[in-house]
Amino acid sequence: MADIKELESIASQVRRDIVRMVHANNSGHPGGSLGCVEYFVTLYFEIMNHKANDFDMDGFDEDLFFLSNGHISPVWYSTLAHSGYFEKNELATFRKLNSRLQGHPATEEGLEGIRIASGSLGQGLSVGLGAAMTKKLNGEDSLVYTLHGDGELQEGQIWEAAMYGAANKVDNIIATVDYNGRQIDGDVEDIMSLGDLEGKWRAFGWEVFTEDNGNDMQSVINAMNKAKSLTGKGKPVMVLLRTEMGQGVDYMTGTHKWHGSAPNDEQLTTALDQLEETLGDYVMA
Amino acid sequence: MTDYPVLGKKDTRSGFGDGLYELGQQNEDVVAMCADLTGSLKMGAFKEAFPDRFFQAGIAEANMIGMAAGMTIGGKIPYTGTFANFSTSRVYDQIRQSVAYSDKNVKICASHAGLTLGEDGATHQVLEDIGMMKMLPNMCVINPCDYNQTKAATLAIADYEGPVYLRFGRPSVPIFIPEDMPFEIGKGIMLSEGTDVTIVATGHLVWKALEAAKELEAKGISAEVINIHTIKPLDEEIILNSVMKTRCIVTAEEHQINGGLGESISSLLCRTIPTPQEFVAVDDTFGESGTPAELMTKYGLDTVDIISACEAVMMRK
Repeated sequence: MADIKELESIASQVRRDIVRMVHANNSGHPGGSLGCVEYFVTLYFEIMNHKANDFDMDGFDEDLFFLSNGHISPVWYSTLAHSGYFEKNELATFRKLNSRLQGHPATEEGLEGIRIASGSLGQGLSVGLGAAMTKKLNGEDSLVYTLHGDGELQEGQIWEAAMYGAANKVDNIIATVDYNGRQIDGDVEDIMSLGDLEGKWRAFGWEVFTEDNGNDMQSVINAMNKAKSLTGKGKPVMVLLRTEMGQGVDYMTGTHKWHGSAPNDEQLTTALDQLEETLGDYVMA
Repeated sequence: MTDYPVLGKKDTRSGFGDGLYELGQQNEDVVAMCADLTGSLKMGAFKEAFPDRFFQAGIAEANMIGMAAGMTIGGKIPYTGTFANFSTSRVYDQIRQSVAYSDKNVKICASHAGLTLGEDGATHQVLEDIGMMKMLPNMCVINPCDYNQTKAATLAIADYEGPVYLRFGRPSVPIFIPEDMPFEIGKGIMLSEGTDVTIVATGHLVWKALEAAKELEAKGISAEVINIHTIKPLDEEIILNSVMKTRCIVTAEEHQINGGLGESISSLLCRTIPTPQEFVAVDDTFGESGTPAELMTKYGLDTVDIISACEAVMMRK
């Protein structure tokens, strides 16, 4: 088990990468990315059994991860780079012409770590279920992880997948919702309330629990380990992970406004002052 | 002209069902998914024989396409089955992002395409599917013409790495493609050579094109009949070689003119050998309830329509 301090130090660097990547393009989605840092670092450095240095599209005998809310690609790209999937300096190409780091994750350019395109919301749970079913057919006991935005749950396909997963006992998948309560137009509660979200997943037949401290590393580790312990029991598993959009940069929290906006030069400096450089910043191209 | 004896009569969807069952025996990586239309798609034999590799998705097509994309990760070759409209327009964004853009090895198998679905009416008679599918990068589009060709295509696409749209239909139609004729993706078939006019047909219209050529022959007109089963990638060579000889062309398909095979051929010819062309296809309208035969007549997709199109296009040379 990794040392918490070590994971927190990785998280700080990932947060620096996120704000620098989005700032460099004056485009991208920093808010949700910052809020999910603990989840990504936990998943890639503590929870998943995965082959960072030997990426293979089929992913035999390793756990798989699918990002359904593809717009938070900066946090994924930074985590993948620090895990060893590709050189961290490639982060400087994010959203640039001819880059493998597309605005939303894609497979076409062959970026290691990405197994499906995402961005158009609502599709990742179905993809995750399919990959989990293939793992069962192949006789593997590896797990499939997916991440979704809470606003994304307004998409109907999510509930088709929810129904299928429970009805067919796909119990080797752990889905997580980034439950930050915000979406691009405002608070989820105001745009289209999700109501009793835990109750909904339970009614759909999922094993579900809420973790209130989604930005506390130890809490996230505990939650994901708990989720793992619930797999293999005839039900798919859902973790509702309460996070704070913009976590780590004070002026980006408490609002939906940094869902899809980039900081200017001054705001970048303010943000970086709050985030310790731990593993070394990637070099600007 | 070359004679094609009728070997029997069957629906093309049965060619799919029988091909899928045979494929299941040959290839353990093949899995099948269906959105509550197992009977209509003739997937029952596969389901019975390989229950572990059959996935009933329920009436939830978007999820089915997404799951199929996911199932390819780990080496499976998913064949999804539902009606053509639910295989395309209903799930276009899922296909675009999770299958085509992600270049996943999913075979989207679509039955009841076109007007010949019949009495159910326009809600179910998709006439835009070829257009939607051919516009997607990475997508291969196949529309076989009879039972034997559909069965052969079903088997062949398993060996092709990448997304495929396989389109077939509901009614019982003549079988005339020899059982042992190889199916080569992207290769048109020269059914009958001629010198006065080229007829390029796909799907249910291929048999009608042969009937038309026979009647034209009696009128002293020599028609060349080409079967294009793969609309994308298009066999440009067979078409260009033919129009260099005949200098006019008729395209015939059970689809809208907009977005169809004829449009692909127009696009090819205007860039290479500008050639007079007539379209036997549905002209920017929805279908309606009726028997398949009545609908094909009302919407101008009969043998007689191909004959008059040939006569008209020859006047424009």
